[in-house]
Parts: sequence; structure tokens; C-alpha cells
Amino acid sequence: MIELRNVTVKSGSFVLPRINFQIQSGEYAVLMGTTGRGKTTMLESICGLRHVANGQILIHGRDVTRWSPPDREIGYVPQDFALFPTLSVQAHLEFALRLRKQSGNLIAERTQELSEVLGIGHLLKRSIVGLSGGESQRVALGRALSFRPTVLLLDEPLSALDETTRYEMHALLKRVKQTTGVTTLHVTHSVSESDSLADRCFWLDAEGIQERPISKAKAGLCDK
Amino acid sequence: MHHPSSDAANPDANNYWSPRRRSDALFFLVMGGLSACFILLIVLLLAADIMFTTPRDFYEALAKPEIRAALRLTILSCTVAAILSVWVGTPLGYLLSRYSFPGRWLVDTLVDIPIVLPPLVLGLSLLILFHQPFFGLQVESIFRDSIGFPITYRWPAVVLAQFSVACAFSVRTMRVTFDQMNPRAEEVARTLGCTRGQAFWQIALPQARRGIVTAFTIAWARALGEFGPILVFAGATRLRTEVLSTSVYLELSTGNLDAAVAVSLLMVILAVVVLLVLRVFGTGLTA
Repeated sequence: MIELRNVTVKSGSFVLPRINFQIQSGEYAVLMGTTGRGKTTMLESICGLRHVANGQILIHGRDVTRWSPPDREIGYVPQDFALFPTLSVQAHLEFALRLRKQSGNLIAERTQELSEVLGIGHLLKRSIVGLSGGESQRVALGRALSFRPTVLLLDEPLSALDETTRYEMHALLKRVKQTTGVTTLHVTHSVSESDSLADRCFWLDAEGIQERPISKAKAGLCDK
Repeated sequence: MHHPSSDAANPDANNYWSPRRRSDALFFLVMGGLSACFILLIVLLLAADIMFTTPRDFYEALAKPEIRAALRLTILSCTVAAILSVWVGTPLGYLLSRYSFPGRWLVDTLVDIPIVLPPLVLGLSLLILFHQPFFGLQVESIFRDSIGFPITYRWPAVVLAQFSVACAFSVRTMRVTFDQMNPRAEEVARTLGCTRGQAFWQIALPQARRGIVTAFTIAWARALGEFGPILVFAGATRLRTEVLSTSVYLELSTGNLDAAVAVSLLMVILAVVVLLVLRVFGTGLTA
């Protein structure tokens, strides 16, 4: 479960004011809104990369507002993927598990499993240099899922992909949703993404955050 | 020069399409000409040194035990100073690049002081630092009496004088290196479970490899050219604190111009080797 209570984030002159919302465990929530309203800022606050000026962030009922990012155990896929330039694809999938000092067998098993689900088995030995947008996206997603987080944050994950790859990724995200049951918050501008994936849809604008019924979102109202 | 009127004479051209074909020759002439002045100066400087000295002078100078000792001390002290510079410059460059903290502008300015300070003043400041009593304790006597490791007028003074300037360059280089790296990767690493230390060690440092090589080489080259602070703080004792730059000075002051030029040429060779190392590692500096 992800819960934000009166969360205010300040960054220079930008203020994200008093955000309140709750996503239940296992739900797939989509967050939409006009550009520059602080959707990315909100995700970064939830995973601990941004200082919260006021309010509380709760993960599974526990107040993590002052916790540092490594303690929160949240999978995060940033918009720019931010892959590690010196590591191979395989090392990306193993990274979080090695940090957790998992056994070699377990790491190999998990890497195998992830690469099959994500369809990147043939890329494992490659460096990330020269990967296509869709491949980079899969690696970033695999890296975030590798340590089986209970919360997953996706920041416009499909915006850089072409139409075909985007539909493949829709299917993939659905599969992840069904198989892992991870609580997901997915930032997007695309109504079709919201349509095909969301259990719930939130809208962020100058007044704050409000929930929109999925049916209205499907009618195109979520994407003003 | 190409005249646009020749196109206008083309019967196919109409009023709406009247292209002017312009030449970039002047641009290349001016830019290339000014650039060539500097390149020519460097080439002529090297040529003059080479023409002045004969291979015999060169080998004679190299055969002198003082010069040999100076060469050995130069290579050793420059290497130690460069290693220390990278060792200190990497964390400082990283902190300056990644964090904004109160007084960062002050730290940033302080780092540049060894670069802008007149070399003799830096040497004098080092000398005073080691001999000025602080609350009845003198830094030099602490090192000499308590640890048995005298600094002033010994080889450690050479390294310290070289380090003071070389490290400032190393910090600058490392800061630019980290500035050019996207901090997002380190942030994502933290969400995956890295502490700040692990993110630095496992994600930032491997990416900074080329920057580290550049910082080391620049620090080494700076240390090679160091003279003023060494003269004041370490002295110019033959066979003890004499580095190659000191040799040039000592040979010049005794009127031995041949040996001075021969040693200078030796330093040129060392500097060229350093630049070649930079190229081999393919760092952006020489690409």
C-alpha cells in the first residue's frame, strides 16, 4: 500500500502542495496530469530521492518519510531509464541481488526468470551501449523488479517507444501485474496506457490530486 | 571569392529563387592563421632546444650522478604526488559536483588558491606553516621528533610542494568528470539498495575511470613543472632535494647552459611521454 498524507515538496520555486492519496496493495494506479505539475517529483519523493518538506509517506502502513532510498525497497523505473554505463545487461539484473548478498544459485535463477519474462535472454552478455529504447526499457524494468519489491514506480516508461514496442510493453506490464501483484504507480500522458492497465486513475494539476473514475478516463476525460 | 551574380545570370532562376553561394574560406583562413601562430611557437621552441644541444651534451648531462639522482627523484616524487592528488581529488571533486552544502562556494574558491598563488608565495607559506608554532606546537618538530620523519629541506617537502598545486588541478578535473556524468544512475542505484558509499564505489567510480587517468596525468605533469615552491620549501641540495626543474636552475646559475638545455630536453621528453600516455588511454583531453 502507498499512502501520501498532506505531502508537500519544495524544489527551488516549485512547490508540490499537500498531496493526499492512497493506493491499496496489488492495485495498478495510473497518474496523469499536465506537464510540469510535479508527477516525477512525486515519484522521487515516494522512493526517497527528494526531500519532503511536510507531510507523511506511508508504505504498507509504515511511515518512511525520513527513510533513505535503500531502506524503502521500492522498485523505480525513471523516465530516462538511467542504466549503469559500465555494467552488462546481466549485471543490471543481478545488481540489487548482489547488494543483498544472495547466493549465486538464487541470483542465476532470478536472472534467468526475469530475462525470460522480459524477453531479454539474448541480450544478457551485452553492454547497455547500443540497446534500443524498448530493450533499455526492459532492462530498467528487470533491474527494478529483480529484488521483488512490493511497490513499483514507473515514470512515463513507454513515452520513448514506437507504437509496436509500446503495445508489447503494455502486454508485458499486464503480465508483471498479474504474476507479481506488485503495487504500481505509473505516470503517463497516454489514455491508452491508462485504459489498458489501470485499476485506478489519478489526475494531478494546480489544485492538487484527484481520482477520476476509470470509465470517465476511458471516455478521454482523464487526459484533458 | 564566388560572385552571386553568376547565378543570377542563370536563365532558369526566377525572382523567388536567387541563391547566393558563399565561401567559408575567410573563416578557415582567420581561425587557422591564428591557431597556427601558437602551434608554430611550440614547434619552434622544441626545435630550438633540439638544435642547441648535441647528443654528446645530452649523454654527458645524463651521465652526471646529480642529474641521474634528480631524474630518479623527479619520477618518484611526481608519481607519489600524482597518486596523492587523485586520492584526494576524487572525493573532493565528487562532493563538489554532487552536493550543495553551506559554504560550497568557499570550498570551491579555496581549491583554486594553489593555482592562482604565485609559486614562491606558496613555497614560503608551506615553510611558515611547518615552522610557525600553533599553541606551542610546531608542525615540523612534531613530524621530526615524534614520528622521526623530517619534512622541510628533505624529499617529503618536494612531494608536498608538488602535491599542493597538482591536487588543485586533480580536483578540477575530477569535478568536471563527475559533472559530465548523469547523477540519475547513482540515484537509481540507491533505490536498488545501495548506500551512498556503494553507489559511489560501484556506479560513479567505474564511470569516472578515464577522468581519473586524466587527473593523474595532469597532476603528474604539473608536479614535473613545479619549481618555485620546491626551491623555497625543499631547497636545492644536490643529490637530496634536487629535481629536474631544480637541475635546470642550478646548471643555469653556474653558467652551464649546455647541461641546462640537455636537462630541459629531458623534461620535454618526459612531458611528451605523459601526453602519449593520455592518448593511449583515449581520454577526451587529447581526442
